[in-house]
Amino acid sequence: MLPSRAMTGKAVGRSVPRREADAKLRGQARYVGDVTMPGMLHGATVRSQVARGRLRAIHFGPEVRWDEYVVVTAADIIAAGGVNTVALIVDHDQPALVGIGDIIAHREEPVVLLAHPDPHALEPARRAIRLEVEPLPAVLTLDDALAARTVVYGEDNVIKSYGIDKGDVDAAFAAAEVVSEGVYETGAQEQLYIENNGMIGALEGDVVTVWGSMQCPYYVQKGLMKCFGVGPERARVVQLETGGGFGGKEEYPSILGIHVALLARKAGRPVRILYDRGEDMAATTKRHPSRTRVRSAARRDGTLTALDIDFVLDGGAYATLSQVVLSRGTIHAAGPYSVANVRVRGRAMATSTPPHGAFRGFGAPQSIFALERHLDEVAHKLGLTPEALRRKNFVTKGGELATGQLVRDDIDLGALLGSALALADWERKRTDIAAERARSGAPLRRRGLGLATFLHGTGFTGSGEKYLASVVGVEGMADGRVRVLASSTEIGQGTQTVFAQIAADALGVDMADVEVATPDTRDVPNSGPTVASRTCTIVGKLVETAAHTLRARLVAAGLLPADGGGDLRAAVQRHLATLGPLRALAQYEAPPYVKWDEGAFRGDAYGAYSWGVYVAEVEVDMLTYEARVLDFVAAQEVGRVIHPVLATGQIEGGVAQGIGWALYENVVWRDGVMSNNRMTDYIMPTSEDIPPIRVLFAEAPYPYGPFGAKGIGELPMDGPAPAILNAIEDALGVSIRRIPATPEVIMDAVEGAGASNGDGAGAGAGVAGAGVAGAA
Amino acid sequence: MSKLEFSVNGRACTVEVHPMKRLLDVVRDDLGLHGAKEGCGEGECGACAVEVDGRLVVSCLVPVGQCAGARVRTVEGLAPDAATLSKVQQAFLQYGGAQCGICTPGMLMAATALLDKVPRPSEADVRTALAGNLCRCTGYMKIFEAVVRALESA
Repeated sequence: MLPSRAMTGKAVGRSVPRREADAKLRGQARYVGDVTMPGMLHGATVRSQVARGRLRAIHFGPEVRWDEYVVVTAADIIAAGGVNTVALIVDHDQPALVGIGDIIAHREEPVVLLAHPDPHALEPARRAIRLEVEPLPAVLTLDDALAARTVVYGEDNVIKSYGIDKGDVDAAFAAAEVVSEGVYETGAQEQLYIENNGMIGALEGDVVTVWGSMQCPYYVQKGLMKCFGVGPERARVVQLETGGGFGGKEEYPSILGIHVALLARKAGRPVRILYDRGEDMAATTKRHPSRTRVRSAARRDGTLTALDIDFVLDGGAYATLSQVVLSRGTIHAAGPYSVANVRVRGRAMATSTPPHGAFRGFGAPQSIFALERHLDEVAHKLGLTPEALRRKNFVTKGGELATGQLVRDDIDLGALLGSALALADWERKRTDIAAERARSGAPLRRRGLGLATFLHGTGFTGSGEKYLASVVGVEGMADGRVRVLASSTEIGQGTQTVFAQIAADALGVDMADVEVATPDTRDVPNSGPTVASRTCTIVGKLVETAAHTLRARLVAAGLLPADGGGDLRAAVQRHLATLGPLRALAQYEAPPYVKWDEGAFRGDAYGAYSWGVYVAEVEVDMLTYEARVLDFVAAQEVGRVIHPVLATGQIEGGVAQGIGWALYENVVWRDGVMSNNRMTDYIMPTSEDIPPIRVLFAEAPYPYGPFGAKGIGELPMDGPAPAILNAIEDALGVSIRRIPATPEVIMDAVEGAGASNGDGAGAGAGVAGAGVAGAA
Repeated sequence: MSKLEFSVNGRACTVEVHPMKRLLDVVRDDLGLHGAKEGCGEGECGACAVEVDGRLVVSCLVPVGQCAGARVRTVEGLAPDAATLSKVQQAFLQYGGAQCGICTPGMLMAATALLDKVPRPSEADVRTALAGNLCRCTGYMKIFEAVVRALESA
């Protein structure tokens, strides 16, 4: 892989219009709910409705004329010679449908699929189906999973564990001047894309085809191939316009894709399933809840000498993506600091809830929340400001992270922190707040300031990118333009626009000369899933490389001048006319320095990191205990910014989701399922809840990203929650260790555990007084 | 079934539907206008917002029987023609107000309704006017900017 030059072209670095915007603005963009096919039926899913048990029988009530319906059960998969599984990371994890005699592992397991020409006929039929289930004990909390008195997965409910060991942690604690400890908890979070999951399935000859809302077409194809027992030539997946993903359409579309395909095969007609909001929220994945115990050893001057972190995720009933979420969370747990001795133990536990899954940040926001909250507690204990403690411990270029990775990024976190604090007017506000506090003993509103510093690895973790071995193509078209071929999806973040910018500048042509193909597994190579902040930096680099190769081929054929310029359209057309098809492929190669030891969990976990310093100003209403973010500064180093408006939009959108996670978004669990599965009851931020978000980019070009770009999408999810909770501690003088910090949680923190008598009950465990337990 | 007459985007329409059918389903299924989206079906997300006689409504909560004789405007009625966007649409394009696009039709209707009534809104006006339209992508900043800047091009 050749390093990129960080140069300004005609497109890169400019905020060109979003490619597909015109159709979206006119209401003409076609999402799955807007697409119908001739003879199409409407499908629905009958779910288990018990947290755990064994399915004994399925009874179809006499009040429904079943001959009008297409009915699919697990028996149909087996009868057709398929395999009843949803292949994802491993081939056998969760079933596509629970069969008679099989274990029901959570309340939202699909059991029966129905289809009918009239969508209104589905609900009566769904209600007429009764499942006979032998109940089994369920594991409904993380405590129960850890206690392992009831085992629902493996031998001890542990789905996966990882460890990082650096230096001699025990010796460092024995010699420590100050030891601190805290337990920090984060709740589940619903992705809440405004477009629910939906898919259409059909048979095209002997090809099983699905169209729909998704992030990862080749994941869906893998699922279809395994379940239907067919090769890639007989399983086709096409992405339609997708109304947001945020990780929530990374894995569930594999299940839904199999379901519509099963119905379509049996019906002999296309079938569409659109989840409504209640089903989507209850049944599909959410962010993993977490519990992290952080112990730290420090010298009195603030130098951290050791970190000992126990990081636990609630994975839900199946393994799904938990091991990769866990690995990212484990690696990010020690933050952007240079600490000589680090131990991290990461575990993903199984419970009897629907599996938790990908959500922007992918485990990192959880472990970063714990460390960044903990560091503010340590700073208070040492009599240091939060910024001074961090400055004392920042990793620098050439320094070593917890996995032993040497930092190659041209990063100066001290300078980034300085810029963020200046933009936030930190010193002046701190003086003002101190004066306010001096004036009034018990104000009705209390203000506070908080910050968080963090990093986020670009692309798949560890050896992930090597295993993916992603491929991108660039091909010449009959009209002389070129077409980018990749399976990376546009889900609102700007994939199509950014790929066109990169290809145009790499080829030295106008963006109008570049088309970006719709992800369709029949037409595009597998450029990997649209996840992990990898689309711009990893796949974009492949776009750049393939474009360079295509141009070089035209130069070699004597159709373009070697020193740049020339008429690409004419050259492409001449090539097609005289030499035949023109297509250049590029496949991922790791940067030459990357070495990763998966067994020891040591080495270069990522090719590069993006870095952030976020600052929040918060106000707490002392009557209602509502916390409100008044001002927010997001400063980050993300390499070269390819498109300033899109990049800023990524940061602002991520910050808003982080504010929701920190303060509002409270998944309420009852009997192993989300009970507030409606937008009325699950509160995400509205236009009146989000403060001004001021975004600052420091740009240090990354030689192995296209034109110097690193990853950006997930980074903004990492910083808001700890910055906001640190600001709440600054405002109230009590440390709240769990999110969401709803008014009930804040009330319990201020007035004593249980004061709210609300659903913040149990919050006592997540609250610490102004001090920190465990001083040495 | 009832026969109902009303206008949509300036064009007269006649539909024969149950009067309790949701306006959202009538514009999408009976009239083939798919711009308005269903995000929640309970009036929370605003993705289905349209105007009825100049008032912004969530069409998932409006029985079509209430629209007899009304003037309905949907996102498809905003742009003057196929080559031109409305000022609000143009500002959304320029300032990054649309990401995944699923909330965009409702957001555009709410923004247009505001600017039709309040020609020089403050940021607070914009925040209040859009509070019934949820966006999960943008964090709203670019939408505020687009709505405020839409005036400058006027």
